Amino acid sequence: MDRRDFLKRTITIIAGAAIPASALEFIDPKRLLAAGSSDYKWVFLADTQKCVGCGFCVKACKLENEVPYDADVSRTWVERYVICKDGKMRVENGMPNPGFGINADSPKAGRDGFTTPQIDIGEGRHVEVKEEDISKAFFVPKLCNQCDNPPCVQVCPVGATYKTADGVVLVDRSWCIGCGYCIMGCPYGVRFFHPLLKVAEKCNFCYHRITKGMKTACVQSCPFGARQIGNLKDPNDPVTRTIMYGRVGVLKSEYGTKPQVYYLALDREVR
Amino acid sequence: MMEVHGEVWTLKEFFCYPNEYIYWSIQIVMYPFMTGLVAGAFVLSSLYHVFGVKQLKNIARFSLVFSFALLPVAMMPLMLHLQQPLRGIHVMMTPHFTSAIAAFGIVFSTYGMIVASELWFVYRPHFVATALELKGTSDRGLVDTCRYLLFSALTLGSYDISEQALEKDEKAVGFLAGIGIPVACFLHGYAGFIFGSVKANALWMTPLMPVIFICSAVVSGIALCIITYIVTMEIRKFLSRRMSTLGLPSYEELQSAEIEEVKLTSRYLVMFLIAAITLELLDLIFRGYTAVKSWDILREVIYQKDFYKIFVMQYGMGNLLPFILFKLPGLTVRRAALGACLMLFGVFMMRWNVVIGGQAFSSSFAGFMEYALPIIPHNLETVKEGLVGAVAVIITPYVLFYFINKVMPVFKFKGSH
Ligand code: SF4
Ligand code: SF4
Repeated sequence: MDRRDFLKRTITIIAGAAIPASALEFIDPKRLLAAGSSDYKWVFLADTQKCVGCGFCVKACKLENEVPYDADVSRTWVERYVICKDGKMRVENGMPNPGFGINADSPKAGRDGFTTPQIDIGEGRHVEVKEEDISKAFFVPKLCNQCDNPPCVQVCPVGATYKTADGVVLVDRSWCIGCGYCIMGCPYGVRFFHPLLKVAEKCNFCYHRITKGMKTACVQSCPFGARQIGNLKDPNDPVTRTIMYGRVGVLKSEYGTKPQVYYLALDREVR
Repeated sequence: MMEVHGEVWTLKEFFCYPNEYIYWSIQIVMYPFMTGLVAGAFVLSSLYHVFGVKQLKNIARFSLVFSFALLPVAMMPLMLHLQQPLRGIHVMMTPHFTSAIAAFGIVFSTYGMIVASELWFVYRPHFVATALELKGTSDRGLVDTCRYLLFSALTLGSYDISEQALEKDEKAVGFLAGIGIPVACFLHGYAGFIFGSVKANALWMTPLMPVIFICSAVVSGIALCIITYIVTMEIRKFLSRRMSTLGLPSYEELQSAEIEEVKLTSRYLVMFLIAAITLELLDLIFRGYTAVKSWDILREVIYQKDFYKIFVMQYGMGNLLPFILFKLPGLTVRRAALGACLMLFGVFMMRWNVVIGGQAFSSSFAGFMEYALPIIPHNLETVKEGLVGAVAVIITPYVLFYFINKVMPVFKFKGSH
């Protein structure tokens, strides 16, 4: 063996040894533990009083996250509520429904705004509420709550849905088997199957953007500042300050999901 | 326009969230229905093997083989349901145990192994006899050679069929049937847990769900065994009349054996039916009495939207009517067959009303969804999750039974069990 060969082989051996060594380092438990903590904890703040139902956020979201534009699913959506003075829902003939219900809709997920007083009640039918009957009407933006105790993560049989250290719930598109259990498990109706990818899909606070210091597409596109994203671990973040010192509500706290989307001026009628 | 999964068969009314559709469709109705049949058939066979109900001898062997034929079919609806069927195996590779579905593979294969080994012990003498007989034949054709290879493989090299050996077999069968009962109940109670633990669904979430599922599973399993047993017996009676020279049991013998077994089995059927109904009614009353937030919409679904499906089809036609049929004095084979068919239908409707009924209202509690079963398919999705897929799932166990029966004959063989 000449020197040249010797050197060659030594390098190969070192390189070969380095691979398993680095693999070992990769699964070092201390580093895994470190992955469990983060300087970030993403939260969302929606001000229903500022939302005018223009639907720009839905448009932006669909384009940014490549959810087919015309498909009747969306990662985020805007709901319109029309509450009557007698607290009853109006049905097709304009009469109040004695039993239960509420007048609300979100046609095309609110993508094109709400340009008509006609309320969508499904299958192409509409109902119009008499103006003198209305006590209040408002819009509510919705998105994934990135729950702190997410049932969708709990029920996924293969662990394809998981929660990151910075508080966002993600879906591994390469591992999801498409059973739909997470869709059933989410009390907020946030999840759906991606029409092209055929895997579970939902809002992830534009994870690819926020981790690069950008705002989410919906926050960026809202002309009225109704949507804000913040870092709960930063005490000076304006969103954090509002959540800490202001009066905020969350949706469906009775499910124990600990939602991380906070609302200002959340009406009791919001579903 | 781009079609979203579930959109074709979902009709929405009033306020539903935009992403809500009937995501769990007919195949998820079939899944608990089929596992229920598996579990029920097995429990029936165990009544003979474990509790020594001697009169059930024939039907016990039959239901054991049939439950084996049903076993692979319990997987089928799941595969037809998955959006990524090729990734189904991930459940075994990376099970995520906080999920109620994750243990499915483990529970299912444990149960499968128990049924397979029990069958082996029951049929071992038959395997040995057939293998030896074929061995003795001097010039075997191709078919017989294959059969010889198959049967000698099936003996697993154990040719001892002495008195003591058979006694040991019998013990093993009893033991396997014994542990099989809790595992079968677990397999199916577990299907109930998959639904009962979904806190987001107001109709599903109840701790009674697993128990209700087990009781109705046993009902459906026994009902199916009765029907299939009657059908096969009718065929045999027909044959014995046609070819009385073949040494088959006589027509009268078959006739009296048949009605005896059916009568006894139907007694168990009615028992489990009463248990199932009691629990279901308890659940309903409890919901109405406590009337939590979701009751407004649930009441609307149960008493208005799904009234016909729940009270007429499930409770009326599927439970009450067959109950009367079985309880009227002088039970005949024909009436028992009709009653069993109706019960099977009742259990199917129960599954439907749970799975589809649970999605009949929006999580907003302010809107309804209706499932329109795709009958004539126009794409792969409507084949899999439509009438065609459901019928395929129903037919498969019979096809399998036909082939399994070739190897493990349910009727012709005379063994110690
Ligand atoms: S809102 Fe739904 S999808 Fe989002 S984390 Fe909570 S349970 Fe999961
Ligand atoms: S659909 Fe995908 S992400 Fe959702 S529970 Fe099933 S495997 Fe998990």
